[in-house]
Amino acid sequence: MKTFKIEQRNSDGFEILDLYGELDAHTASQLEESLKNLISNHKSNIIVNFRELDYIASAGLGVFMAYIEDVRTIGGDIKLSNMNDKVYNVFDLLGFPTLYDIFDDEKQAINKFLSDS
Amino acid sequence: MSNSATYQKAIKAATSNLAEIRKFVAKHAREHGFSEKHISDIQLAVDEACTNIIKHAYSFDKTKKFTIELQFDGAQLSIILTDKGAGFDPDRYQKPDLKKQIEKKKRGGMGVYLIKTLMDDVSYSANSEKNVLRMSKIRS
Repeated sequence: MKTFKIEQRNSDGFEILDLYGELDAHTASQLEESLKNLISNHKSNIIVNFRELDYIASAGLGVFMAYIEDVRTIGGDIKLSNMNDKVYNVFDLLGFPTLYDIFDDEKQAINKFLSDS
Repeated sequence: MSNSATYQKAIKAATSNLAEIRKFVAKHAREHGFSEKHISDIQLAVDEACTNIIKHAYSFDKTKKFTIELQFDGAQLSIILTDKGAGFDPDRYQKPDLKKQIEKKKRGGMGVYLIKTLMDDVSYSANSEKNVLRMSKIRS
């Protein structure tokens, strides 16, 4: 099992969080801290890349629920990309695809930000 | 490997134990021939149920313990979680409305929905001594 970690990078002015490992009620606080930091630094064009995330529980989804309004209020968004089928299935079961932009690839998320601005 | 088997574990009420619980469940379900898709479903349901016990029944009190029991009987796996913390009223449970929750910045309530969706059968009983959540999945 891979330890959960988050790596942050910037690509063309977009803040990208790469998630690794397993996101559950124990590790969700780390994601919460990362999002809080970005928001308090007024960085609101955020993409979360799930390529290396193997597992997610509802506590992980709860973090996205708690901060999406804050980010949208300051004119940004949190877009999600590169989920494996297992992880996408959890978002799908809980109805996220109608309220969040979820893309197969990070580039599509960037393009959506660019076309919306 | 016989057709029926039981495995039990006592777990301290700490979220740091969730990964180990998922491993325990996956290992035995795999040994008993469950598909990877079913193993994922069972792992998530058990994770959500244990998270609820740690969070709601025991309010993150790491000195408290609960037990998990896996009963394999033919094609059926039953998982029994027993705790002695605060009970839960399943009648008050409603399916979460994601849009409303986001507007109110409210999270949670999703675990029970996932458990009911991912498992074939779920029942809950509570008395003054203990709370018992029983959920099962049929191997296909």
